Order: sequence, then structure tokens, then C-alpha cells
Amino acid sequence: MTLEAKYGVPVVAMHTDKFDRVARSVAEVGGMPTLRQVFVPMPIMGKTGRELRAYVDGKDPLTGRPVMQEVIEGLTKPFSDEDLRAVEYDRSTPRLCAPDTEDNLRATFEANHWTDYLPIVLPTEARVAAMLAATHRKPDEVVGRMRPTHFREAWEYTVEKVAVNAVMAGARPEYFPVILALAATGVTARHSTSSSGATMAVVNGPIRAEIGMNWGIGAMGPYNHANATIGRAYGLLSQNGQGGSVPGVTFMGSQGNGYSYNSLTLAENEERSPWEPFHVGHGLRPRDSAVSVWSGVRSTAYTLGLRETHWREHIGHMIRGMDPQVPPTLVLDPITARQFIDRGGFTSKKAVIDWLADAGRMRAREYWDYQLVQNYIYPRATFGEEPMASKLRAAPDEMIRMYEPDDIHIVVVGGETNGYWRIMGGTYQKTVSVDEWR
Amino acid sequence: MAGTITVHNPMGYAPTVTHKPLAPRLDTLTGKTVYLVDCRFDDSDLFLKQMQDWFAEHMPAVRTVIKPLSNVYTKDDPATWEEIKAKGHAAVVGVGH
Repeated sequence: MTLEAKYGVPVVAMHTDKFDRVARSVAEVGGMPTLRQVFVPMPIMGKTGRELRAYVDGKDPLTGRPVMQEVIEGLTKPFSDEDLRAVEYDRSTPRLCAPDTEDNLRATFEANHWTDYLPIVLPTEARVAAMLAATHRKPDEVVGRMRPTHFREAWEYTVEKVAVNAVMAGARPEYFPVILALAATGVTARHSTSSSGATMAVVNGPIRAEIGMNWGIGAMGPYNHANATIGRAYGLLSQNGQGGSVPGVTFMGSQGNGYSYNSLTLAENEERSPWEPFHVGHGLRPRDSAVSVWSGVRSTAYTLGLRETHWREHIGHMIRGMDPQVPPTLVLDPITARQFIDRGGFTSKKAVIDWLADAGRMRAREYWDYQLVQNYIYPRATFGEEPMASKLRAAPDEMIRMYEPDDIHIVVVGGETNGYWRIMGGTYQKTVSVDEWR
Repeated sequence: MAGTITVHNPMGYAPTVTHKPLAPRLDTLTGKTVYLVDCRFDDSDLFLKQMQDWFAEHMPAVRTVIKPLSNVYTKDDPATWEEIKAKGHAAVVGVGH
């Protein structure tokens, strides 16, 4: 649309047919509803030249018209009245829904894709007011903006809107500053990526105990009211605050992701960690309360402890089992965190991370052949961005790093019932103060 | 009304949709340069190569240039847009997904 509107060049946009609704929707809300769009079958990836030529020679699966005829007409056909009609409209959101019975309102919320299809608490004015009382911020203050993908427009949400979604999730008012901080990250927990990436949220500081979060046994599971509902509120706020997360329109995750139900929200076990708390490593003080978020969370590798003889090799295999496009965050039970010190002598997180970056190597030819590396890292390398550009210059059989130390992180959580630990594939985004939202 | 309650709407606030006009269409592609812009996503380059071959076979009077985006598709690419504006007449951008 930029090339059309800003540079005055006629464009035809090609998409695969699975993306028809989202492509048309993006064009419409972008103010260019008659953008010329032509569709070919899904997938493109992995098809032979002959098969792709058949797409070119074939018909648009949505219109039944020859693909190349549509392309040529898209660039040359004179404007219709519809093309010339000015598109400009307001999409204001009403503050309240029309009064109705509880059953009807629940049905309305589901029909509008406002829920995660688990039962919700209806956001009555009294409940929302109670939530709002848990922060000094004004209800109409804008907290942030989110969007499901890079190509969609960002929607805006206020403190009151965050409160509404927090109520729906079943959160208690005392959790509200954490939920506001999550909203303030601007990182959506309902990213519309075909890879179905979820988010992970880690809470640090005194707020953990103040609101009764769990960092011990079962911290990452459904065993604590605060962990469960804070993460759920983050998800509901994301989908509603950004204007939707509707399959086929504003959500295109092919398989979906169970992590999205509560955005893997947990508190770090600072008390049993041998290292500094996560937020302290990111510019905050131990007495500060903060929440940190990761995006693109989907891959998980796990094992039990660190074996005396081959722990290095085992971890190398785990890392090479991850996709190189999304870096690892080690989620360690305190038992294993101490094993990293006992086995490897890593007295700091940085020492572990530096070792991991070296342990996670693969041949350059294999690295560059990954589809996601081709999609997201190779273009940056060809643009000259380091260290990608240097990796691109490596000989095909040279062992290159999959990840750089700055991209690797460590979180300590768990109740020490055993030394199980895992590697979560996910991209750390930011750490935000909770105290500012109290 | 008896038995009814009032609740908040949970949706955020959308920006106003602002009209963006289409660029003028061409009278003909004959003698024109069409950029085939590779968004560098999932083998799009291979697809556009097939489209380039189609133009060579069926509309040889159309010059085509396959142009990969300078960077990841999520980043704006003014250098490429400027080149197309300066040296081309139209563009096919793909494959979005």
C-alpha cells in the first residue's frame, strides 16, 4: 500500500488463498479496500518450479479467473466507481454494551470473539470500578497500543479497558498493577503469526509475595489464582485491546498454542536462585517489582539435571533441537541452577550464557538452510547487519553460533521436587516496572 | 428492564480509517518495466521467477525485474520503493503468505 499511495506506482499484491480474509481486511482498514490482490494456492514453500509455474498458469482459487489475467488487469484496468469512492469512517468503541440478561451477554461476548471460550466474569460497572481502585492511574489514561501483526493498524487502550479485561479474566484487584504493566509493554499476547507463537511473562520483586503468586511447585501450571488470571487477563486485553484475534482475520496461527491460555505467567524463584533476579539483570533494583515478557514462545526442550560426564553434549543437542530463529531462555529449577555452578563452575548467569552461545553451534550450510533463517535472518545478513553478515561469510562446513549471548536468558522457577528444567524458545522483549502502575 | 445488567465493552479504540487513493493505472504494459518484488518469505523468489518466465513467453514487450526487499518484510524499504518509482512503471509484490 505504501508503494501505491506514497510513490504512485500501480501494484498488484500476491497472496495465498488461505490469507484472503486477512489480506482484504488489512487493505480495508488501511484505507485502500480496492487494492488489487490476486491469490494463488497455499503453500508456496517447498513447491517445485513446475508446481509454481502451474500456479502462475492456473486460476485464482477464489475468483476462478486466470492468475495472470488478474495481474495484468490489476495494473492496467481503469478505475471503477468503487475505486474512486472515498473511504473514511470512524470506528468508535462504545464504553458500555446494551443492557441484557447475563446469559445473553455471555453469548454476545462469545459471538463477538471477546473471550478465550472459558467462562468469564462479566465486567459490570461495579466490578470494573473495584479493579480501577487498585491503581492511582486515571481510568481514561492511555496505557498503550497493540496490533496482531506488523501490517495491521495499532489500537489503543485505556486503564479502564485494561480493567474490563482483567475483570473478565477473574483477576483480583490487587493483581491489577501487574496486568497494567503487561499492557504497558505493548507486546501482544495474541500475535497473529502462522507459527502460533505465544508470550511468556515473568514477575519479579516484592509484588510476587504481596499478591500470592507461585514460584514453587507447579508455578508454570494451573495451581495459583494470581499466576492463572494475570496471564489470562494479559491475553484477553491483548485480543480485545488490539481489535481482535479472530481465526482467519486477525489470527493466522496454523496450529494455535495452549501456552496462550495464560501466557505462561509465573513468578521467579528469587529466594532459591543462586543468581540475581531476572529484573535486576535488566536495570531494576531487587526491591523493585517488575514484569518481563517474551514473544514467539512455542518450542520447548527439556531434560533432567546435568549428568556428570556428558552434560555439555546433552545441552548442545537440546539447543540444536530448537529453531535457530528464536533464541533460548533456560527455565531452571533451583536444583539445576545450582548444578550449573557445581558442574560447570558458572558463578554468574553471564558465564552460563556465554558457554551456551558457544555450545550451540551448527554447520553454516545447515543453519542458513532453515526456512525461518531464510525468512528473517538471511535478509538482515544481506543488508549487512552484524553478526548475521559475518555468519553469512562462513564456509559451508564452518561451525557457527546459532545464538548470540545477548539473546539468551535464564529464569529460575520451580519447587525443587526434582531437577527438571527446560529451554523455552522465545524472544525476550522488555522488562516493565509494576510499581509505576500501583 | 428486569433481570438485565449493564457491562463494559472490552474492545480497545481503533484508529480512524483514512482513505488512501490507488495509483493511476497504466494504459498498457507494452514497453513498460514491471518490478516483481520478492518479499523474501517462504520461497517467494521461486514463484516470482516463474512469473518472470511467463512474461518472457507471453508478453516479451514487458521488461521484468525481480527485486528482493532489502531487508525483512516487516521493515519499510524506501530504497527499493524509490528505485521502482525511478526505474519502473508497476510492481507485483509477493507472496504475502
